[in-house]
Amino acid sequence: MRTNGSRVALGVWTGLVTVFLLFPIVLIMVYAFNKATVQSWPITGFSIKWFTKAWHNQEIRDALWLSLKAGLLSTGIAILLGTAAAFAVHRFRFFGREVVSFVLILPLALPGIVTGMALNSSFTVAGIDLSLWTIVVGHATFCIVIVYNNALARLRRTQSSLVEASMDLGADGWQTFRFVTLPVMSTALVSGALLAFALSFDEVIVTYFTAGAQNTLPLWILGAIRHGGSTLPQVNVAVLVVILLTLIPVAISVRFARDTGVLRRR
Amino acid sequence: MGNGLARGEGVSVVAGGRSGWAARRLRLSAGLWRRPWLRAVALLTPPAAWFVVIYLAALVALFVSAFWALDPLTSKIVHSWTFDNFTQIFESSTYRTIAFRTIGIAAAVTLTCAVVALPFAYFMARIASPRLRTILFVVILVPLWVSYLARVYSWKLILAQDGLLNWTLDKLHLPNAGVAYSSWAMWIVFSYVWLPFMILPVYAAMERIPDSYLEASSDLGARGWRTMRSVVLPLVFPGLVAGSIFTFSLTLGDFITPQLVGGGKQFIGNVVYGNVGVAGNIPFAAAYATIPMMVMAIYLVIARRLGAFEAL
Repeated sequence: MRTNGSRVALGVWTGLVTVFLLFPIVLIMVYAFNKATVQSWPITGFSIKWFTKAWHNQEIRDALWLSLKAGLLSTGIAILLGTAAAFAVHRFRFFGREVVSFVLILPLALPGIVTGMALNSSFTVAGIDLSLWTIVVGHATFCIVIVYNNALARLRRTQSSLVEASMDLGADGWQTFRFVTLPVMSTALVSGALLAFALSFDEVIVTYFTAGAQNTLPLWILGAIRHGGSTLPQVNVAVLVVILLTLIPVAISVRFARDTGVLRRR
Repeated sequence: MGNGLARGEGVSVVAGGRSGWAARRLRLSAGLWRRPWLRAVALLTPPAAWFVVIYLAALVALFVSAFWALDPLTSKIVHSWTFDNFTQIFESSTYRTIAFRTIGIAAAVTLTCAVVALPFAYFMARIASPRLRTILFVVILVPLWVSYLARVYSWKLILAQDGLLNWTLDKLHLPNAGVAYSSWAMWIVFSYVWLPFMILPVYAAMERIPDSYLEASSDLGARGWRTMRSVVLPLVFPGLVAGSIFTFSLTLGDFITPQLVGGGKQFIGNVVYGNVGVAGNIPFAAAYATIPMMVMAIYLVIARRLGAFEAL
C-alpha cells in the first residue's frame, strides 16, 4: 500500500462509505419538514406544520411518555445492578467469575428476538400481564450490560490503592464510597446511564414482545409506518425526535467518557 | 475531589472522639473490609439474582415451551412433552425456505459488510491523520446511535418506487432499479444498518498491526497487494470474525427490516412475531426461535476457534 494510486483509491472508497453512512440520516431528518402528505422524492415544499400536528397527537404523547418512563426506570435499575456487578467482578476473584462476565454479555450477543421471545414466554408461563414493568424488565436486562461495561472499564483504569489510602486515613466504608469511589466513577456512571437511556429509548424488538398492547414511541412509529397513509408526516417528525433524543445523550456521554477524572494510571 | 479527600483527613483526626453511631459504622466497614467475601456476596447477589431469575430462567422457559403444544380447539397451551413443533418446522417446505432465506441473507450481509469495511478500516487506521481519524470515528458512531427504525425507514423512502433512487436513475436516463420491497432491498438495508458493527472491530485489529510488519514485508519484496493478502488479512481476520458475529446475529434475529422493506418475504423473526402476536401459538414460536439460537451457538463455537473473542 505504498503507491499513491492505492492511497487515493482507499481515500475515495472511505469518502463513498462516509456518504453511504450519513446520507440516509440527513435525508430522513429533511423529510420531517416535508410539506406534502406523500413521502416521495423530490420534496416539493417545506413546512413545519407537522410538528404542531404531532405535538397535539395524543397517541404520540402517550407513546413518548411511556418511552421516557421505561427509559428512566430501566436506566435506574441498570445503574444499581450494573455497577454492583462491575465492582464485584473487578475487586474479587471468586469461583464462577468468568461465568458471570460471559452471562452478562449474552443479552447483546443473542439475537434480540430470542431475548424478547424468552421474556414473553416466561411472562406468559408465570401469568404476568404485560405492563410498563415488563418493558422495564426487558430493557433493564440489556441496559445493565452497558452500564457494567462502562463501569468496569473505568474501574480497570483506577488504582485500588486509593480506597486503601482512604481507609488508612480513617474513613469508613460510606465515606470512602462518597468521597473517593463515587467521584472517580461519576463520569463513567453518567456516560453509562446516558447510553443505557438512549438504548432503551430506541429499542423495538425486545419491546415488541414485552409491551403487549402498549405503544412506546418506536413501537408507535413502527405501527404507523406499516399502516402508512396520512399519519406518515407525523411519523417523520416523531423519527426526528427519536434521533435527537438518542443522539444528544450519546454525544454528552462521549464527552463524559473522555473525561477520565483526576485519577489515572499514567 | 480535593475537597472530599480533605474532609476524609479531617475525619481521621477526630476519629477518637466519635459518637457511638459513628464508631459502629466504622466497625461495620472495617469488618466488611476484613471479610471481602461478604462484600462480594453483597455486591453480586442483586445483579446475579436479576440475571438468573429473569434472564436465564426466561431462556430456559423458552426452551421448555418449545416442547409444548397448542390445543387446536381451545387454543390453550398444553403442558405435555411433544416434538410436534419441530417436526412441523422440518417437514414444511415454507418454514425451511424461510429459515434458509434468513441464514442466506445474514451470510450475504456479513460478507458485504466485510468487503466494505476492510478498505475503510485500513484507511482509517493506517493512512488517515489523527484529526481525520477522529472525524471518521464520528462518521461510524453517529449511524450506530441514530435510531435503527429511523435508518430503515429512510431506506424505505429511498428505495420506494417514487423514491430518491429511482428519481436519480431517471435523471441519468437509466432504467428503474426495481429493488423496492424485495430480498435485494433487505440485503442493502441490513448491510447499511450493521456496517458500523463490522468496521469497529476490523479497525481495532488493523490498528494493532505494528508498522514494522508492513515495512518488513515490503523490504522482503512484497508489493502492496501481496502484503495485504499475506500480512494484513491474516492479522485482521479475528477482527473480521468478531464483526461478523454482530452482523450475522443481528440479521438473524431481525423482523422489522423484512416487515418494512422485504415486500412479504418473511424472516424467521416474522414467523416468530406472527405466532406470538396474531396466532398466540407461543410453543411453535419458541420452537422456531431456537433455530437462530442454535445457529448462533454453532457460529460462536467456530468464532472462538478462529480467535475472535480475543479481538472483541
